[in-house]
Amino acid sequence: MSADIVLSCEGLVKRFGGITATDHVSLQLARGARHALIGPNGAGKTTLINLLTGVLEPTAGRIHLLGEDISHMAPHQRVRRGLVRTFQINQLFEGLTPLQTLAMTVSQHLGQGAAWWHALGHDARIGQRCEALLAQFHLTEVMDQPTAHLAYGKRRLLEMAIALACEPSVLLLDEPVAGVPAGERDELLRTVAALPADVTVVLIEHDMDLVFSFANRMTVLVNGAVLTEGTPSEMAADPRVREVYLGHGDQHV
Amino acid sequence: MNSVSHRLRSSSQPRWWEFGVWALLLVLPYVMPSHALLISEITIIALFAMSLDLILGYSGIVSLGHAAFFGMGAYSAALFAKHIHPDPLWGLAVATMVSAVLGLVCSLGVLRGSDLTRLMVTLGVALILQELANKLDFMTGGADGLQGVVMGPVLGRFEFDLMGQTAAWYALLITLLVFLLLRRVVHAPFGYSLQAIRDNPLRARAIGIPVHARLMSVYTLAAALAGMAGGLQAQTTGFASLDVFGFDRSADVLLMLVIGGTGWLWGGIIGAVVFKSLHSVISAWTPQYWTFWLGLFLVLLMLVGRERLIRPWTWGRRA
Repeated sequence: MSADIVLSCEGLVKRFGGITATDHVSLQLARGARHALIGPNGAGKTTLINLLTGVLEPTAGRIHLLGEDISHMAPHQRVRRGLVRTFQINQLFEGLTPLQTLAMTVSQHLGQGAAWWHALGHDARIGQRCEALLAQFHLTEVMDQPTAHLAYGKRRLLEMAIALACEPSVLLLDEPVAGVPAGERDELLRTVAALPADVTVVLIEHDMDLVFSFANRMTVLVNGAVLTEGTPSEMAADPRVREVYLGHGDQHV
Repeated sequence: MNSVSHRLRSSSQPRWWEFGVWALLLVLPYVMPSHALLISEITIIALFAMSLDLILGYSGIVSLGHAAFFGMGAYSAALFAKHIHPDPLWGLAVATMVSAVLGLVCSLGVLRGSDLTRLMVTLGVALILQELANKLDFMTGGADGLQGVVMGPVLGRFEFDLMGQTAAWYALLITLLVFLLLRRVVHAPFGYSLQAIRDNPLRARAIGIPVHARLMSVYTLAAALAGMAGGLQAQTTGFASLDVFGFDRSADVLLMLVIGGTGWLWGGIIGAVVFKSLHSVISAWTPQYWTFWLGLFLVLLMLVGRERLIRPWTWGRRA
């Protein structure tokens, strides 16, 4: 295995009863890659993410993260090793403020998640990191509001800030701009574009403008299997991809 | 530019009124010696309610059998004093440890499954223990209760008096110590990770929190503190009877948290004071009327549902 492949899977299969949701998927993701995972609804994109992050157990196949076999590792242990995701539907901590959420996440990442004697933020690094994250994700002015009261765009940014607080080496973004109103979109897109260059980013997205402006490699999934893989221009030129995913028009190509 | 750090830390600082209230509570046995027994009773129940809040309010674990640990602590403390050593602090330590072990074992059952499973498992454990205490009458005295528990002086100096002043101070100081401990715990990363698990276990796992391990530790801690409350009760009353395991006790303490508010440490204290005061006032007036209100409360509890139940401040809002 090449040294700069950070995440890979080989022959990954997931069956639910008689349905094969993931069908012998193999992927190799290089360090710093901007990789888009596209495919029509029901192609198995989210199932694949759930397999990679450990929410689901694979029926067959193996997953390697930084050379280590993580196929049967618990989700929280994969996070500690740098595999972090965001969710298509916001998964936030409604009772906490953004500041508390991020401070708690950073503490967890620094190995102080179970500390019970010192107050949250006792370690000065936590405050510094939170300050940077709040500024980066435009959350500074709402940091003390309960998460339950935040506007949707801010919630979407917090969703991503939580993932970045885990300092991922591989970040899986599940439809980051889904449902975001037009006015709040640019802020989000800029934030996605500004993700650290050494982080490998996997983007699941239906928005072809975002996919083509962001990704330098793409994998097309159809019926749980990899249809093809290549650069965005190769994908745009591939008639099979046009047929199953891009539709018959040429509007996005 | 340390405003963020400062902000984080400032939320864990005690407020001025908290010192005032505790000072007031600590002089109560001196000011109202004739009510010393009631003061220790309420204090012990407040400690018990605080321990339930740790799992219900902070961690989102519903329980209808928290009395299992209270009762375990009560019988452990009483048996220890009767057969091994009369020193109260040693007895309290033993009661706490025994309940912690029971809590650790039960946490394995509580982790699995939904809220309904949790309600049934916790309720079932308390019922089993109550029946065991009933059957093992050679040890526990069965339905007559465990009598003749004679306690030694606290720290070898302060004898328990008939008025109950020593008992009240003993209970108040132990509860204060636990309160101070829990203040640290809930404002530490550990405490916030519990709230994260309560709000969204899926995401908690996705940011690297070992959800099962956290829930097991907090359940064990809550069981230990409930056992401590039970131990205090047995020691200050010199008696342990089957009702320490009773369903009423588990349900009452839940109602106290509903009254006082969950997810903050004062909720248990306020709830215990209000509940016990209401109880003594209304049941002196008409005992049936009290039961009616209790019933009404239970019905509301089921109708309001857990999500809103553990967040009383959302009741005014539309679902």
